[in-house]
Amino acid sequence: MTGILSIDGQTIPFEDGQTVIEAASAAGVYIPHLCHKPGYTPHGSCKLCTVKVNGRNCSACTFPAADGQTVINNSAELQHDRRRITQMLFVEGNHLCPSCEKTGHCDLQGVAYHLNMLDNHFPHFYPQREVDASHPDILIDHNRCIFCNLCVRASQQKDGKQVFAIAGRGINKRLIVNSPSGKLKDSDIHVDDQAAHVCPTGAILIKRTGYQVPIGQRRYDHQPISEVALAEAGSHDR
Amino acid sequence: MNSVIEQILAEADYQAVRLLSILRAIQARYQHIPQPVIEQVAGALNIPGTQVIAVCEFYSFLHLTPQGRYDILVSDSITDHMLGKASLMNDLAQALKVGIGQVRADGRVSLNHTACTGMCDQGPACLINGIALTRLDRARIDAMATLIESATPLADWPGHWFAVDDNIRKAGLLLSAAQENGAAIEATLQRGLQQTLAEIDISGLRGRGGAGFKTAMKWRFCAETVADSRYVVCNADEGEPGTFKDRVLLNRHADQVFEGMTVAAAIIGATQGFLYLRGEYQHLYAQLQAVLAQRRANRLLGNDILGHGFAFDIEIRLGAGAYICGEESALIESLEGKPGIPRNRPPYPVTCGYLNQPTIVNNVETFFAAAHIAVNGGVWFASQGTAKSSGSKILSISGDCARPGIYEYPFGTAIADILADCGADDVLGVQVGGPSGIFISNAEFHRVLAFEDLSTGGSFIVFDHSRSILDIAQNFTHFFAHESCGFCTPCRVGTALLKKQLDKIVDGHGSAGDVVELESLCQLVKNNSHCGLGQTAANPILTTLQRYPEIYEKQLKRISYEPGFDLNGALDIARRMAQRNDAAAHLTQVED
Repeated sequence: MTGILSIDGQTIPFEDGQTVIEAASAAGVYIPHLCHKPGYTPHGSCKLCTVKVNGRNCSACTFPAADGQTVINNSAELQHDRRRITQMLFVEGNHLCPSCEKTGHCDLQGVAYHLNMLDNHFPHFYPQREVDASHPDILIDHNRCIFCNLCVRASQQKDGKQVFAIAGRGINKRLIVNSPSGKLKDSDIHVDDQAAHVCPTGAILIKRTGYQVPIGQRRYDHQPISEVALAEAGSHDR
Repeated sequence: MNSVIEQILAEADYQAVRLLSILRAIQARYQHIPQPVIEQVAGALNIPGTQVIAVCEFYSFLHLTPQGRYDILVSDSITDHMLGKASLMNDLAQALKVGIGQVRADGRVSLNHTACTGMCDQGPACLINGIALTRLDRARIDAMATLIESATPLADWPGHWFAVDDNIRKAGLLLSAAQENGAAIEATLQRGLQQTLAEIDISGLRGRGGAGFKTAMKWRFCAETVADSRYVVCNADEGEPGTFKDRVLLNRHADQVFEGMTVAAAIIGATQGFLYLRGEYQHLYAQLQAVLAQRRANRLLGNDILGHGFAFDIEIRLGAGAYICGEESALIESLEGKPGIPRNRPPYPVTCGYLNQPTIVNNVETFFAAAHIAVNGGVWFASQGTAKSSGSKILSISGDCARPGIYEYPFGTAIADILADCGADDVLGVQVGGPSGIFISNAEFHRVLAFEDLSTGGSFIVFDHSRSILDIAQNFTHFFAHESCGFCTPCRVGTALLKKQLDKIVDGHGSAGDVVELESLCQLVKNNSHCGLGQTAANPILTTLQRYPEIYEKQLKRISYEPGFDLNGALDIARRMAQRNDAAAHLTQVED
């Protein structure tokens, strides 16, 4: 079964089972997101993809597309809220782009540029978070974790393991590792696992690969995240 | 230790869905979940150790580090504060020689705050090793300290300290209706299941937790979903501060609540039900188990209920301190032995709930009403109330009034009438529906109790003119920041930012623009959060700011820029290091 919905006045077809964001991506419409990734079970937590469906705020990554829906994606109000939510993610952790290896490759930074985020707006939390450098090939810098759950899903769904989980409550949320010591070195993660590569920020990095791509030649240095994301969704569909 | 854990696991039949019960038992035995136990439990239940850690960190009553052998948690509800909680907390700390939020060095005692324990009509209250202790005062604290120092077991403490009164002040349609056990089941099966569902429909009964979804419609959706099994869940996670009517219903009318669940089970075709009882009501657990046992003996539960060949049973699952588990999909996650994080919807629990099977989750009062409707019919119930809100509502009234307790009113009753009944004068305002509800001022007492006007799950807190609007908003705002599950960004970060921003203003550090910023943050959290918690977390600020903008504005400093922090305070460490405290070592925030 297929149907038609409209996004910002543009008529878009969808197939049964598609979410709003999948229908939008297939039609070349970018909806900002961080915890969503094509091919992964939707999570619905970052709330950047919030759109108005028939007047109600919904997460585009989890909300099923339905015939006749009127979706608003690109309004001043939604863009403002998305910018604020991105700023929340920045102040919640310790994100120092100029000194971060992920700069230019970072989805959080890419989305911030897309949303024209020019400052952090909110007071910083400056949380005390740790770095786990125990593993020979993989580094976790908890300062940059945004709790998108992608590494958790990658480990479960792509690698067939249970390396990561999110624990804690509220502002004390934290990424934890499934090993007796809680350290990554004692887990069964392998450097080739998708979980080691899926992080949208610089929280999970591969050791000895830093700065192999010079700054200025990185993913978002020449192409905005909107185009990169649509290309990724397109290649996943094929 | 291994054999003790093994026994606890065996009692839970090695079921991962009972992880909370297992961890509660381990916590009670060892005052925490010891590191080696995490692997043992995870291995035995075939779940990752991270799930055990995640559950321990999510629920307030579970700990990864040892708590005291006497673990005291004092209720932090605004009503406890109004009854002198803050000074009693200090008295406790002094008498027991323990810091607030700390464990005494000898491991004997720990002291901390906890969210509203549902004893607002008989506070200040605390939980000691999970058991409610009401009416704290200085004399009782001193006596407690003596018993703790002499290591007297709780069983030997004066029984009346643990007395929890029902305080039913006004019985209406439901509370005054007598009903024989089994009458609702018999009436349902006699009349026919579809006909009984039709009676529920005619009654107009809507969910009593506050959301107000039509009960008959929920049950019909669930019944119509094709599935192997269906579940009936009673939501007794009465966490909204100021609410305690479910505590009273379960203490006094548990049979009718269970009977309502049984009627629902017959109608939707469920064989298993759950009572999700908030951890704070552990004192009710044993007596509720006894009621269930009695009902099994009387063939009101079991494989062949009243000889009609219909099977249904109920299991009680205790929570472990998490307000969010009152949200139905978070409750289901908790029932499955996980952190209580609300699910994405759709699908809704009626089609995909417990273990992904169709599940109805209803409030205690909803099942209680359903049992009475099953006997007396829909018209009887709908004879009271308004067109959109039929029947009665049971209120938990607390705060500044002469007679706090349980009151049942027909929907449509004016707030002024309720205030007169409970003996409240000199009223500043009323918090209707708890922190997630609305604060109404004394210019609004003509308004009525109804889904179409003042909707409430039952919390009704009265404030007189001695109370401060900002104290109230601050208590509620801190509550939401503490209870946010942290799943979605706007609520996880937003409730923490709301707390910071409100504290800044209340503490006198706010300046021009800070109230506007506060309001804008409120809208952001309200409009973008994943579930009802985040969507209502800003209500305490929004509803008071709307009514008393001048109170907020008065807090602001008359300066044009915005000091993000206390400049002089930040120099404190530097002064100590330099061993200086002269005038030149201090800076004023504002240029005079």
